Amino acid sequence: MLLITCPWCGPRSEPEFSYAGEPVMRPGPAEAVSDQSWADYLYMRRNDKGPHQENWCHAGGCGQWFMLERDTVTHANLRTQAPA
Amino acid sequence: MRYSSLALLRQGIAGHGGWPQAWRSAALQPSYDAVIIGGGGHGLAAAYYLAKLHRLRRIAVLEKGWIGGGNTGRNTTIVRSNYFFPQSVALYDFALRQYEQLSAELNYNIMLSQRGVIYLGHSDHDMETMARAVNAMQINGIDTELLDAAQVRAEVPLANFAADARFPIHGAFIQRRGGIARHDAVAWGYARAADGLGVDIIQNCEVTGFRIDNNRVRAVETTQGPVAAGVVGLSVSGHSGVFAGMAGFRLPITSYALQAMVSEPIKPALNVVASSWATGMYVSQSDKGELVFGAGLDLYPSYAQRGNLPTTQAIVAAMTEIFPPFRRLKMLRQWAGIVDVPWDYSPILGPSPVGNLYLNAGWGTGGFKATPAGGYFLAHAMATGGHHPISAPFDLSRFARAALIDEAAGAGIAH
Ligand SMILES: Cc1cc2nc3c(=O)[nH]c(=O)nc-3n(C[C@H](O)[C@H](O)[C@H](O)COP(=O)(O)OP(=O)(O)OC[C@H]3O[C@@H](n4cnc5c(N)ncnc54)[C@H](O)[C@@H]3O)c2cc1C
Ligand SMILES: [Zn+2]
Repeated sequence: MLLITCPWCGPRSEPEFSYAGEPVMRPGPAEAVSDQSWADYLYMRRNDKGPHQENWCHAGGCGQWFMLERDTVTHANLRTQAPA
Repeated sequence: MRYSSLALLRQGIAGHGGWPQAWRSAALQPSYDAVIIGGGGHGLAAAYYLAKLHRLRRIAVLEKGWIGGGNTGRNTTIVRSNYFFPQSVALYDFALRQYEQLSAELNYNIMLSQRGVIYLGHSDHDMETMARAVNAMQINGIDTELLDAAQVRAEVPLANFAADARFPIHGAFIQRRGGIARHDAVAWGYARAADGLGVDIIQNCEVTGFRIDNNRVRAVETTQGPVAAGVVGLSVSGHSGVFAGMAGFRLPITSYALQAMVSEPIKPALNVVASSWATGMYVSQSDKGELVFGAGLDLYPSYAQRGNLPTTQAIVAAMTEIFPPFRRLKMLRQWAGIVDVPWDYSPILGPSPVGNLYLNAGWGTGGFKATPAGGYFLAHAMATGGHHPISAPFDLSRFARAALIDEAAGAGIAH
């Protein structure tokens, strides 16, 4: 069971949270975006083994989004951060 | 040695002391024409087809642990070809047809049991979606049938047919050619046959990097030293993304833990593979009598090869809700494998952005059934530099072309 530290609620258990993907930056302006860079944005991921940057949502709690750095091998939560 | 009843009789009389090793413990050579990374079923099959059909010599399979110790040895062994899109049906039915004659071809009993795979529908909406799926599958030439509730009761009498069931059973669909096979035997059978054709199977040999120059892999770095390679095949399931990173590109893949578990063994109680659409749960009974069951992913990225308790609990709850008599059983083991899931739940096959590196990736939660196909098409790509017509739609370029093959939405059930 993961114990995740929500920046607002503190440590809460895994079933309260939903994983929401790696942070990605939308490329732009639209006219300048090739099919490949659009596909990179939509689909290509780092999928790191080890420390990994992730967006999570405390869906079953305060409902807020935040960034979590988590080790995908040990499942340790390294750091959480509220959106800037 | 050819395995046969006569060989069994002879060895039996001699006290079974004379069976030869099924494959050599080969020593790693400094250079190969073809190197396959990953000694799961797919990588071993690729080596076999390279040697047999493309007559390549000097082939090595590099495996960081023991062969078949990844997802090949961790999966719940369901085989079937009831997919939605014609491209998928061509791919998965190719694999199923290979499986149907593989024991004879490899001279190794893979214990294929075509006992049928049944999907329970729990609402009118499920039944409408199933009718649509069955129509598509029949048009694609797949042996699927829609069953009403009475027919389902004849197939799975222990399921919960109570009027107040949490998941009432409205009907089902079934593929009778589907079933299970012995996962270790698939890996070992391919290993033995590949070894017989001269392939070096190198265990305890972890690949740690690539030497790339001019967009070609010249050598792979391993814990047993560097190995020069003419052509390289990547068949590492959950670690596909890690290898793409080493080679300088990215894949549309996320690695997750998928767990499964078995109960204590009981007498025969379930003679089909039973699955439930609403819960994603599936269960079959092994030859040893254990119930083998699982359901969805632990829904966050993981390389930890273990599943967490909330998902375990959801799987057990779904299984016992649909099969109430199984509540009385004890659980024997629980485990997980790391699966490489692409956005559209379809594999990524063929050329990669690096010239002589070929992909067999993204089989995710459902690639055991495709082991012969993954091997066959990886071998084809490595030998010819291009696609077989069946693997062409699964090229990595489909993502930039917006030509996804969305089986997550199409066929619904992933394993
Ligand atoms: C719990 C579970 C249930 C499943 N159920 C089903 C099912 O019912 N039906 C179905 O069709 N599919 C199922 N699957 C999916 C199926 O197991 C996989 O898609 C399939 O086995 C993949 O085979 P493979 O040979 O590609 O991978 P693997 O068997 O995982 O082989 C890859 C190999 O690469 C090796 N490797 C990794 N990194 C390195 C390195 N650095 N150097 C050298 N070697 C390396 C690994 O050790 C491993 O042996 C299930 C998976 C799981 C986890
Ligand atoms: Zn919160």
